[in-house]
Amino acid sequence: SCDFAAFTFGQKYMRSPLSPEMATQEVPLNETLAHLKTESETLKLKLEEERAKLHDVELHQVAEKVEGLGQFVMKTRRTLKGHGNKVLCMDWCKDKRRIVSSSQDGKVIVWDAFTTNKEHAVTMPCTWVMACAYAPSGCAVACGGLDNKCSVYPLSLDKNENLAAKKKSVAMHTNYLSACSFTNSDMQILTSSGDGTCALWDVESGQLLQSFHGHAADVLCLDLAPSETGNTFVSGGCDKKANVWDMRSGQCIQSFETHESDINSVRYYPSGDAFASGSDDATCRLYDLRADREVAIYSKESIIFGVSSVDFSLSGRLLFGGYNDYTINVWDVLKGTRVSILFGHENRVSTLRVSPDGTAFCTGSWDHTLRVWILMC
Amino acid sequence: MTINTMAKGGWQREQTICFRKMEKMIVAMQDPDMGMKLRNQRLLITVIPHAMTGHDIIIWLIHKYSVCEEEALHLGGMLVKYGYIYPLKEPRSLVLQPDESPYRFQTPYFWTSTRWPASELDYAIYLAKKNIRKQGELMEYEKERYSLLHKKINHTWDFVVMQAREQLRASKQRRKADRIVLECQEQAYWLINRPPPGVHNMLDVGLERQNNFNLRATLNSDFYKNEIEVHRRALGRNRVKSSICLEGFLKYSEQYQNHDPIMQGCLPSNPWISDDTAHWTMNTEMVPVPTRLRVERWSFSFMELLNDAMGRQEFMLYLEKEFSAENLYFWQACEEIRHGESSKIVEKVEEVYKNFLAPGAARWVNIDSKTMDKTLEGIKQPHRFVLDDAQMHIYFLMKKDSYPRYLKSDLYKNMLAKAIVPQETKKSVFPFMRRQRHSSPSPAQAVAQATEEEGRHKGAG
Repeated sequence: SCDFAAFTFGQKYMRSPLSPEMATQEVPLNETLAHLKTESETLKLKLEEERAKLHDVELHQVAEKVEGLGQFVMKTRRTLKGHGNKVLCMDWCKDKRRIVSSSQDGKVIVWDAFTTNKEHAVTMPCTWVMACAYAPSGCAVACGGLDNKCSVYPLSLDKNENLAAKKKSVAMHTNYLSACSFTNSDMQILTSSGDGTCALWDVESGQLLQSFHGHAADVLCLDLAPSETGNTFVSGGCDKKANVWDMRSGQCIQSFETHESDINSVRYYPSGDAFASGSDDATCRLYDLRADREVAIYSKESIIFGVSSVDFSLSGRLLFGGYNDYTINVWDVLKGTRVSILFGHENRVSTLRVSPDGTAFCTGSWDHTLRVWILMC
Repeated sequence: MTINTMAKGGWQREQTICFRKMEKMIVAMQDPDMGMKLRNQRLLITVIPHAMTGHDIIIWLIHKYSVCEEEALHLGGMLVKYGYIYPLKEPRSLVLQPDESPYRFQTPYFWTSTRWPASELDYAIYLAKKNIRKQGELMEYEKERYSLLHKKINHTWDFVVMQAREQLRASKQRRKADRIVLECQEQAYWLINRPPPGVHNMLDVGLERQNNFNLRATLNSDFYKNEIEVHRRALGRNRVKSSICLEGFLKYSEQYQNHDPIMQGCLPSNPWISDDTAHWTMNTEMVPVPTRLRVERWSFSFMELLNDAMGRQEFMLYLEKEFSAENLYFWQACEEIRHGESSKIVEKVEEVYKNFLAPGAARWVNIDSKTMDKTLEGIKQPHRFVLDDAQMHIYFLMKKDSYPRYLKSDLYKNMLAKAIVPQETKKSVFPFMRRQRHSSPSPAQAVAQATEEEGRHKGAG
């Protein structure tokens, strides 16, 4: 009948690019889109099958022959007070004693954590400075947050000089800046953003060198690989995915999706062959890049609050996690057991980094303070 | 720019997960067989049923989750802070006391998750009830909020007062014990959902992650096409068996264990503990004599050697002896291009060509013809990564050939032999006497001085 012909004609028409008139009509779920989604999901399942085939043993089984770790007593050796609001991020200087920290009220402070002296302070024009990083030379810091930018401040030696005067705007995103990191030099910065992308920037010109698309939601964290060829980095996001990227091509070379919630932190294992992640699902996980799969989960029934940040000790034997229940849990990476729980902060631990020479680690918290922790022998 | 610290219309993902987990815990605590033993608790002249002591809670948590007392106290404390358990003795202090203080489970009706989000109207009614029930019962901050609400929702104020009166009338008909319990429960609910000033807002989750609004925009066909590409590439990847990979972790941890200060301490002492910076002084970038651990590390991997400025310097000396130093110079020059300013790429590539690649170049590097041809073609349009192939070729050449021979050489062996093994600083007899913590010159200062001196020399010359 007439109507039927018109209907089938309409259906056939819909497979081709929509003409302007069609765009205003009611279109049922785009067949092409649904088809693509199914294809993607089928491939993902197949990938998981392939990954599982070579998984012949668990890490903690292999680690049975390794000697267990004794009791760990770790204490706070420095408490840095000076921020007027939640500390959101921190980073170490290569000199192993200085740090930069940023907070909700827009303040960025550079400290000599060893003496606890504040050496520089900058007030950003925005609140929620969620990202900050120390330049490899030690001569500048980068930071950003709700301003959607990443700016570089050369550290002036003249105490009277206003650091903000020499500020250089480098990165521009379309949503908040969640993390930033210098690459091997002061000349390039890698950023991640709430706009779902990561990007690589040339500091001098502010030029975008490469952008990284693939996350389906806010990207919350990133870490550069310590590999020989030094060309990859990993990012984690609200889509529960951890992606490994090639910095030259912009391509996603590996992707892992085993967490049950937002990934707040990613950090490479010191050899570069693996990375750890921390998530709102209260677990930390270890992903091996050669095996191309998750190889360990660090969790406990009594730990129910999200992990905000993770880092390894120098040898990679210990994994430190800062949690939203104000604690730090220390994990034996090989055996999968929790070695120690540290109390001290009076609100969420929002950031955690081990010092460059592994002598201590520093935490920042919503309780406005930073603490430097060491192992007491 | 407005920030939503409370989700508008949607429950925060992060909160949902935690609340569900806490609720599961609470349900387990009330299990008739494995749960806590509840008893009657006397409160002044009233007897409150189904109560437990702080001590009971902690013991139960210790047994259920195999944790120590400190952790059980912390975990139980969270349950109180989030209002799943409330105190009877000091109802305004949402703290878990590890003693005989009485506590009760909050009724699910008053769980924050059940009644999310707490409504202004309900809060107004609650404050109105308090105000009516006993004049002057409202605290200072509650009075302020009450008058603010009065202004804000003035149009429904009659309703508010009416509701308050109605609820008070209904409660008068309850038994005294039930009335007290209900008042405690309601108070606990509001202490969390409208905390007093100066008290943690437990429901503050920081910046809202607006990923939901992005979703519709990004999940288009391009996104899925990209995903399909990624998955296809991933399927084609070479994978290594777990049993092989995982051994790698064991080896690495073992190799680096002595170098891990958090695990093994460091010599002469950890500066953060002893306040003595000798460890850092001995390990600065350039020292007359390096420490033994440092020199040992150069043998762990080629990357370790190159990442250490002194190691690189030593390796250069070795290569000079072998007449293959141009390889390391080339590699360094390539690094500078890869990590340097975009504006200098063209001139630097020029320099590299002149010094290393051109026929008859002073430091000509021996690259295979295929790579050389490709590189020479590429540098006609120089970009940051144009020398990558050549650099990688030379890197692996050094790694497979020169590096192992360096480790066997006298140069390295001598370095290892004369390397310092610092004496462990004896722990202070008076541990409470703190050494003075000396400041160090800022790296920024060091560079500025260098450029200053450079400037002076240039000026003089």
